[in-house]
Amino acid sequence: MYAFVDQFLSGLKNTLLVFALSCAFGTLLGLLIAVLRNSTRKSVSSCMRAYTGIIRGVPELLIILLTYFGGTALLSAITGGYIEINAFAAGVAALTVVFSGYAAEIFRGAINAVAPGQREAAAALGLSNAQIWFLIIIPQMIPIALPAFCNLCISLIKDTSLISVVGLTDVMRVAYIGAGSLRAPLPFYLAASAIYLALTSLSLLSFRLLERRYSLPAMKG
Amino acid sequence: MSMTIALEAFLTLPRGLLLTLVLTFASLAAGFAVSVPLAFLRASSNPWASAPVLAYTYAFRGTPLLVQLFLIYYGIGQLPLVRQSFLWAVMREPFWCAFIAFTLNSAAHTTEVLRGGIQAVPRGQIEAAKALGLSRFHTARLIVFPLTLRIALPAYANEVVGMLKASSLASTITLLEVTGLARQLVSETFAPYEVFIAAGAFYLLLTLLITQGFQMLETRWTPTANRPPPAQPVPRRANGKPPLASAET
Repeated sequence: MYAFVDQFLSGLKNTLLVFALSCAFGTLLGLLIAVLRNSTRKSVSSCMRAYTGIIRGVPELLIILLTYFGGTALLSAITGGYIEINAFAAGVAALTVVFSGYAAEIFRGAINAVAPGQREAAAALGLSNAQIWFLIIIPQMIPIALPAFCNLCISLIKDTSLISVVGLTDVMRVAYIGAGSLRAPLPFYLAASAIYLALTSLSLLSFRLLERRYSLPAMKG
Repeated sequence: MSMTIALEAFLTLPRGLLLTLVLTFASLAAGFAVSVPLAFLRASSNPWASAPVLAYTYAFRGTPLLVQLFLIYYGIGQLPLVRQSFLWAVMREPFWCAFIAFTLNSAAHTTEVLRGGIQAVPRGQIEAAKALGLSRFHTARLIVFPLTLRIALPAYANEVVGMLKASSLASTITLLEVTGLARQLVSETFAPYEVFIAAGAFYLLLTLLITQGFQMLETRWTPTANRPPPAQPVPRRANGKPPLASAET
């Protein structure tokens, strides 16, 4: 069991890397989708609505499987030879898509909660469209979106374990291999549970601090 | 895209629908039954009652369901205590392991959902029940619980959809529900797009049905006084255009 400490550490590195990458890409994509959903063009906003609806209605595991096996088929079809997409890239891509679907809905709610007068005032002052978004609306939606966004990040940490199904050596995969090779599943899965619980607790704690830091003066108790 | 494989997937996958639905709704029902008393304990002001429940919900909400599933399927079955007892007949079946893991997970989530609802019940309602001479049990059963259900309904709808999607994890312990069948079919046909997209379509259909059902329930349970007034038909002029605002006033 102790021989697996190193493996658990490298698994943890992969888990954290997948989390950080898909959280960052997913946030950007989610923000883009939320902005496009507010588009005055009906076709754009309903496309984005369909995207979030589909992503949120399909199991995460299925999206990971589709990206992994479908990605291989797609790359092979494009290049003509057999190219296998690795589990890491497929996992990050799939979790980015999942995260963006949920994040877009959170951001949309937050954007709608920013008082419309703010946008009108900014427009009256002659700010450009990009300036209105980056200087007025996005800073004000952060405190509104933060609590729900934190919950989403915590479920993303848990969702990273699903990539082990397609073979990425994350914490879950290390536990699976260790449990099989030493024929001792109980300690290995308990160790994995403890690692995930530590990760989610740590992020819960840091998000509490972040929420306090970014709360609006009026929201402070 | 091969239409024949897509058609085959659409014909094969419904065989897994029953297992998906049984797993989802059996775990939800069992989880709900467990979570109602736990939620009342969790909402109580006595720390001896609420702290153990908090530990349970915290542990099960803080770890991935996949780990819990493997812990129960591979881990618990290793214990000699379980192997030699009558429990082994249950614990060696992947179906019951999935059911137990999903139930424990769903109960933890539902407990927190209901706790939020219980704590959101207006104090005046409870005081009114006390003034009417209702016992604590009657207050909980007749006043707090129905109001809690109404308050917690949207959050519980999310939990139901989440459980439906989580049931796809059963495919990792050899169960052939929709995702399990899809994986089997992909390994036979090497056509991931057709099969997985077809499987996704089935899940999407189910989530749509669930959200529609909860929306109907929500409108039904909204007290008539809080309901938005029914939409007034706009009077139309002879030429088919709605009347101008200035012409009305």
